[in-house]
Amino acid sequence: MDSFMAQWVYTDTVKDHFMNPRNIWNKDEDWTPDAVGEVGSLACGDQMRVGIKVKDDHVSDIRWLTYGCASAIASTSMMSELVKGMSLKEAYNITPDMITEALGGLPEHKFHCSVLGDKALRAAIDDYLEKNGMDNPYKKSVAKILCECKGVTDQMIEHLVATDQAKTLEDLERLTGFGTGCGKCRARIAHEFEEMRHIHGK
Amino acid sequence: MGRLIYLDNNATTQMAPEVLDAITKAEPVVYGNASSMHTFGREASKLVEDSRNNIAALLDCDPAELIFTSGASEANNTVFMIAASIIRKRGGGRIVTTTIEHPCIMESVKYLRTQGIAIDQAPVDRDGRVNLAKLEALMGPDVVMVSVMTGNNETGSVQPVKTISAMAHKYGALMHTDATQAIGKLEVSCRDWDLDYLSCSGHKFYGPKGVGVLYARKGVPYEPFVHGGEQEHGRRAGTYNTIGIYGTGIAAKLAKENIAEESARLWEMREKLRNGILNSIPDVTVNGCAERENCLPGTLDVSFANVEGESILLMLDMHGIAVSTGSACATGSLEPSYVLLACGLDVELAHGSIRFSFGRFNTMEDVDYVLEVLPPVISRLRAISTR
Repeated sequence: MDSFMAQWVYTDTVKDHFMNPRNIWNKDEDWTPDAVGEVGSLACGDQMRVGIKVKDDHVSDIRWLTYGCASAIASTSMMSELVKGMSLKEAYNITPDMITEALGGLPEHKFHCSVLGDKALRAAIDDYLEKNGMDNPYKKSVAKILCECKGVTDQMIEHLVATDQAKTLEDLERLTGFGTGCGKCRARIAHEFEEMRHIHGK
Repeated sequence: MGRLIYLDNNATTQMAPEVLDAITKAEPVVYGNASSMHTFGREASKLVEDSRNNIAALLDCDPAELIFTSGASEANNTVFMIAASIIRKRGGGRIVTTTIEHPCIMESVKYLRTQGIAIDQAPVDRDGRVNLAKLEALMGPDVVMVSVMTGNNETGSVQPVKTISAMAHKYGALMHTDATQAIGKLEVSCRDWDLDYLSCSGHKFYGPKGVGVLYARKGVPYEPFVHGGEQEHGRRAGTYNTIGIYGTGIAAKLAKENIAEESARLWEMREKLRNGILNSIPDVTVNGCAERENCLPGTLDVSFANVEGESILLMLDMHGIAVSTGSACATGSLEPSYVLLACGLDVELAHGSIRFSFGRFNTMEDVDYVLEVLPPVISRLRAISTR
């Protein structure tokens, strides 16, 4: 593995989005969102809030605020650029990889910062669909199965963490039975669990 | 590249020109192994011993009580392994230290605990100073060694080492201090403080990197950490880093000569920056101590509410200002500075902490420049923050 500091190199695109972030939610601007999503917490060191306007099932405009490091700021900024004009379905399926790629890469240990950006966006879309009494067909479609034996998905884990049902990995095991089959998923799920705890400020 | 201002002197310092000059002149000539008997060896050995004398004068101890190591980390590790060895031989005992020591001690503590060694860590108060009552509550006849750092690298808080040393001895324990950050900034005295062990490192006071010094009082328990040749009377094996050691000696001489003047200058810059920040930026918390006598004079640790430290660090870096942060994001972990948390600082504020550490080559103009750049950086980051 490269040394920590050797990875401490941001691409010019990251620097540009950090120094000149796009689509900032300026408090003085007269801008009312149709829906808002927020993830992370100050205690965890990063928090993002995304506001979207929706027109004909497309994200017509977006604003955001981020408390966090340079990667977190640049990731949200890049996400906001990528998502403008996308259909809700496309926007919902934006992945951290797409954001990272558009930024020209992020240091390995900074990857989770880009995870927050797309989560905040999805939270905003969820909020929009819920507010308008619409079905949410996307939620299920982006669920990733992490434990094949017991069919545990990343979204199940996120839900259990966000609602405080799973405060420890043991809680999660009790509730989902993950890892009790072949056991191959244990490390992956433990990582996902920590990530979700972080994202939801637990 | 525009203006570059180095305010990370607690991480390491620029070599003093006097040191650089001396070692570059000596280097091509003195290449013998300082342990060899011939002329080349004796020439090298002379440089090592000159350096030892200079450092002994700075630390107020006998030159024979000093052992050269690869750095303060090795010196600290050596001391902790000695204490662990005493405990093993006695079949019991404890080490008492604090919650704010440098990682080389914190990690030694973790490691030794896995080996069954009992270690207690005394908490610190909000100002980063050890709570003496709580420290004494941990003391007892079974305590083998007490280790409390002199000045903290992050908050700059200075501990009452002399008082703690007396407390340790009252209970029959050995006393160690990691004085790495204090050398050249505070008067450090092995004799007056009645120390058994002290660790420090040359690169924090304008010497070259790669040289540490361990003081072990004559007659105290000792075991080598690095086994091998007979260097340092069998106390630390390995060919002498002659040029590094020589440079450290020159740096020690300079430190002793300049300490009063240097400390006053550092404090003046630190205070100008502290006042300037408080006057120009709202929602700022100054971490560590307020009184001069309890502070490393060149250290200022500040938390900016609602902004994250790594962002501040990088934005200052874009303006040519080098600082450090206790934010988790800068370390690759999810937890912010354990030192600031141990002081009882709010987690959010710990994420927004920035350490400015001044040194010999900083000027008042540097402070002016920081005060010009910093307020807009903070307000910019606050404007895009969720809070």
